Parts: sequence; C-alpha cells; structure tokens
Amino acid sequence: MSFFEAHNICKQYANQAALSDVSIHVPQGTIYGLLGPNGAGKTTLIRIINRITAPDQGEIYFREKPFRADDIAQIGYLPEERGLYKKMKVGEQALYLSRLKGLSKAEAKERLAYWFEKFEITSWWNKKIEELSKGMAQKVQFIITILHNPELIILDEPFSGFDPVNAKMLKQEVVNLKKQGKTIILSTHDMGSVEELCDNITLINKAETILEGKVSDIRQQYKSNKFELVYSGNESELFQRLNGSYHIEETGKTEEGKNYALITLESDHHGNDILKKAIEVGEIHSFKEVLPSMNEVFIAAVKHTNTQEQ
Amino acid sequence: MSKVKHIISREYITRVRKKSFIIMTILGPILFAGMMIVPIWLTQLEDSDEKKIVVVEFDHFGRPVPDSLMQFRGVFTEKPLLKFEYHGNLTRMQVEEMAKLPGYFGFLIIKHNVVFSGQNVSVEILAKKQPSLGTELHITRALEEDIKNRKLLTHNVPTRVLQNLHTDVTLVTKKLDKEGFTDQGNQDVKRAVGYISSLMIYMFIFFFGAQVMRGVVEEKTNRIIEVIITSVKPFQLMLGKIVGIGLVGLTQFAAWIVLTIAIVTFAQGFLLQGGLSAEQAQQVPTELFETNDLNREIEQPAADVDVTKVMDMIASINIPKILVMFLFYFLGGYLLYGAMFAAIGSAVDNETDTQQFMLPITIPLIVSIIVMANAISNPSGQVAFWFSMIPFTSPIIMMARSPFDVPQEQIYASMAILIATFILFTWLSGKIYRTGILMYGKKVTFREIIKWMRYK
Repeated sequence: MSFFEAHNICKQYANQAALSDVSIHVPQGTIYGLLGPNGAGKTTLIRIINRITAPDQGEIYFREKPFRADDIAQIGYLPEERGLYKKMKVGEQALYLSRLKGLSKAEAKERLAYWFEKFEITSWWNKKIEELSKGMAQKVQFIITILHNPELIILDEPFSGFDPVNAKMLKQEVVNLKKQGKTIILSTHDMGSVEELCDNITLINKAETILEGKVSDIRQQYKSNKFELVYSGNESELFQRLNGSYHIEETGKTEEGKNYALITLESDHHGNDILKKAIEVGEIHSFKEVLPSMNEVFIAAVKHTNTQEQ
Repeated sequence: MSKVKHIISREYITRVRKKSFIIMTILGPILFAGMMIVPIWLTQLEDSDEKKIVVVEFDHFGRPVPDSLMQFRGVFTEKPLLKFEYHGNLTRMQVEEMAKLPGYFGFLIIKHNVVFSGQNVSVEILAKKQPSLGTELHITRALEEDIKNRKLLTHNVPTRVLQNLHTDVTLVTKKLDKEGFTDQGNQDVKRAVGYISSLMIYMFIFFFGAQVMRGVVEEKTNRIIEVIITSVKPFQLMLGKIVGIGLVGLTQFAAWIVLTIAIVTFAQGFLLQGGLSAEQAQQVPTELFETNDLNREIEQPAADVDVTKVMDMIASINIPKILVMFLFYFLGGYLLYGAMFAAIGSAVDNETDTQQFMLPITIPLIVSIIVMANAISNPSGQVAFWFSMIPFTSPIIMMARSPFDVPQEQIYASMAILIATFILFTWLSGKIYRTGILMYGKKVTFREIIKWMRYK
C-alpha cells in the first residue's frame, strides 16, 4: 500500500459531479502531479485531502491506515489562492499560523529564523504583508506551509507569480524536500515543471481520471514513433530514400549548420530502418526517439476524452 | 482548545494594537464627558459677561413714567451676571437711541396696561443681541409672578397670604414590594441610567458585531481561510473570533469607564472651578430626554444643593446589580448578534454584499431602540415586559428597565431565554459559516443559507 491513497472518491455538488470515482496512489518520497484543465475537480480533490470538505463516497488511507482528523497535522497545504492577513506583520503572522499547527513558540521561532535566513528574507520580519510584492508574500507562505515539518505537502500552483530565479529556487526546495523523504502532491498547469519534478501523475478531466501513472511510462505510452535525425549530406537524397512509410514532419538547420529532420514512422516500422537509409546519404551526428512533452500528452488526452463524449 | 486560545489572542491583540482602537478608547470618554460637561459649560459661557438690562415703564397712554410712579421697581431679582436698572422719564425715542449705545444689554419696556389686559400680554425688549433662553425665562417668570400678585391684590388678598402662596410639590413614589411600600428614589436618575446603559449595549452590539462580520469577510476574501481551516475547525475559528472581539469590547468599555471618571473628576476640579454644582452634574443626563426640565434647573440656585439628597438619589440605584446585568446583557447580546454577523460574513464575497443580509439583524436592534423609550417611561408595562423577554431585544430593553426594580424571576427568565437562543444561534451560524467560508463567486440567497443549515 502506498503512503497516501484515495480510493473511488465521489463528490457531488448541487447538480454536478465534481469528482466521480477518482483514485490516486502516492508512494512515499515522490512527487505526485495532479493535472487537469480548469474546473476539472483538482481543487475539490485537494480540499478533500485536506479534510476541508468530506467526500460523498470513497476511502482515504494515510500511512496505510484510514485517514483521521489528527493526520491533518502531518499535512502542509499551499492553496492556489494565496492569502495572508494583509495588515499583520510577516513574522507575527508566520508565528501565529505555525502555532495553530501545534508548534510551540520557541520551536516556531527557531525554524522561522532558519527559513527566513535561507530565503534571505530576515529583514521582512516586521513588514506588513501589504507592503510586500506578490512573489515575496508567496515565499512567506511557502515557508509557513512547510514549517511544521509535514510528511505530506500539497502545493497548488506553487510556481505561478514567481520570476524565473525565484521559481528555480523554489523548485530546488521542492526537490530537497523530496530528498528528505517528504511526499509531495503538486497541482499545476506548468507542464514543464511536471516533466522536471513529478514521478507520477493523475490527469483529471470533467471529474474523472483519464490518465494515471509514472511520467516516463505515460510519455512512452503517448509516443508517436517520432525520431530526430541530425546529419550532414544531401537533403533531397535523404527524402527520396525515405519515401513511402516515412513522414517527414519538419526539416531545417541546427545551430552548427547541420541538417536535421523530424520523421514519423508508421507503427509497424522501426527506427533502425531510418538509420539504415540515412547512413547511405551522409554522416550521422545524432539520432534519437522524440518522446511527447507532457504538454502534448495533456492536450492529446483531454482532446481524446472530449471527442469521445461527443 | 489551545488553538482557540491562539485565535482569541490574535483577534484581541491585533485589534487592541490598532491605531483606531487607541484613538477610539481615548476619544470615547472625551465625547462622553463632553456630552455631560459641555452643556453646563456652555450655559456658563454665555453668562460670562455681565448683562445690564434697563427697565423702562410707560403709562396706559404710552407716556413716560417718572421714577416716583414706577410700578415694577425691584420686581426682577439680580443674578451674578444679570443686573437690572430702573429708569424713569424716558420717551420711546430716547429709549431707542440709548439702546444702541454700548454698556447696556437691552431695554425692557413695560406698559402699565399689562396688568389688566387679559391673559396674554407681551412686553418688549430692545436688545442688540438675542437674549438667552435663561434670561428670557428669568424676565417672563418674574413678570408673571408679579402680575399674578397684583391681580390678587385687587381682590384684597392680604400680602401675608401672597408670600405663602407658592408651593413646590415633589412626587415621592412608594412602591409595593416584599418590605411593604418602600421609597423608590429619584425616577429621573433611574431613567437616565436605564437610557444610557441600554444605549451603550445597542452601540456595542452594532459596533463589535460589525467587526466580527468584517473579520470573517476579510479572512474569506484573503483566502487565508483555507490555510487556517486545515489547522482548526471552522467552529473553533468562528468562536475564537467572536470571543476575541468581545474581549476587545470589554477592554474598551473598562477603559472608557476609567477615563470618563478621570476626565469628569478633572473637569469638575479645574475646568469649572466652583461653577459646577453636584446637583447640576446629576441632572445633565436627565436633560437628554427631558428638556422641559431646563426651566427648573435654571431657576435652581447653585447654592441650594442638598448634598444628602444627591447621595440618596445615587443610593436608590443598586449599582452592583446594574453592573452585573450590564455585563451579562452586553455579553449575551453581543454573542447572539456576533454569531449572526459571523454567519452573514461567511455567506458573502465582499463587504458590499452584506447589505441585504444585514436587514434582518438591524430590524430587531432598531425596534429595541424605539421600544426603549416606552420601557423607560413605563418599566413595568406589558410592552416593556414582552420585549425584555424576546432575546433579540432583551439586552437593550431589560437594561432600560434595570434600574426600576424588575422582579427577579423576570430577570432570570429573560437571561435563560437569551442564553438558550444564543446557543441555538451559534450552532446554526456555525453550520452556515462552515459552508459559507469556502463558497466563492456564488450569489447567495436566504434560501441557499437555510439549505446550508441542513448540511451534515
């Protein structure tokens, strides 16, 4: 059994299903991506995991035991809509929220000092939140989320609103947390960071799971027999030889002035066939299979289910 | 439970530290003390320079009267800042000329026919400025008294009788209670106490209830609610907020009492040295709703103050009992309304949307204020009784009745009903609150809210 499991979760709002029969399995020490178009039901699922709302049906297991109210203390949650008391000072606010999580005052102060130093924001302690920029406030909120050393961390769009430098720093922190053995559920629309960080994902569309598994497996599953060839030689000669079951999707020059081509094969053909023919044309510099980006997987999967319904 | 403690202390400390709280705490008593002191101070202020009024008389034909034939000499008693001179042999023209000169406040022209010209006569005063109400009353009363005596004299009533004609009557109520018919003390003071304490409860409920609502709306629009809800139960948060703000109210109230006493004492000692008698200080609150008492007060010479009488008035009120009742009804009323305000705050997305839901809360409060006037003038009547039982109006109405010896069993019944209603409404509000705080972008209706109460 995994570290965190949700089985067959159903949640109905007035006249619309928010989640129907959604299950997730989050192994310990991994980053789990929760993906889906807007309004798919991700936030509802996160709220259920946080015990903010209760599911109509389904079971949740935390550390191999039925999920209990006390377990919430082991969860850190960064909501998508960030919010702090605008008029309250940064330090006091952080102290208050971590004490609500059950930390003692001394403990909370010590950890806050550590994190404020690490994020280089010690000088903000006496500033009010309204004096900070959105990104700055977000840093504070991230610290508050993980301050009570939770085993399960739920981050809803953690990188939005950050500049590239800070986004990179935050990603590094997420990876560090994973290295420490923490389990992270990441909900995001930024497919780049999914590829970069996530081990497993679930893709929810219209309240239902449409894709689940390891990121690498999913990309394999969605691959379209596409290859990238970089070579020196006559372009038209290559194309003549590759006629028939090969589709040349794109051609051009690399930065070093070499030719490259993106080639798609029909399913019964193999990449080696391209190589055999290309060798005869000229020198080959590189040849690799192109896996679909998570972005492409996302679009393809969502489109697929949407057309199925129609 | 310790989490609720943290919430209470945050709600309390952030508010108490606010500039607006400190300003209100300092300003409040100045305003209250001002309400008490300024009217007295003003009456003194207008009399600060001496006014000299010249009395001139004309005979039945409008001719000047020589000194020897003046009839109203000495009719007007002098006051420290109001002097009267009597001049004979002045024609109307001369009077009008002299009235323009400095040194005189005005010329009072009395025609001799005022005595026998029926029951409505008028007398002229030629003045550069409008005489104060006090001055006007002083003159007309003295004349009325004098004319009455002259009329009586024509009927051969002896002077000796005239001197004893006037009698002051005070109505002393002795009400039936366990010890038989006992003295009920001064009703005016009781009315004043009832009025002020119920008005304060009204203001506190509104002011601090609205703060609860604003706090809830703030947390909701901030979205900090989602973070807090993962640490504490919604009900704990709601309760912590209501209690924390209630403590702010109590703090402010305590500070106001201390400061008001300090300011009034200071003002009595220094600002109005010797001018402000204990009697006057006692009567000012009464003025708030009994302006016709003004006459009596102006007439009453400050030197006549009977200190023991004042002490008796205060002693006739059971101050500890009223304080306990005030605290109870303040807390009970605030908690009941605070829970409702919290529910409203949770149901809306921003403060401007609160209007439609505020109405059902403000109506009973406003009704209370209207009924209060009745409860004060007739504290043991049916209206006062029923409205001091209804929990939505009882904090204000029972306070208005509190100085008037309300039967003990009525107080207990009213308190019990208030407590029961408060518990019921906190429970219901908790249910609305729990659903409401996580609901965004939805136009909420009353029907919707009632549905939330039924969610498990």
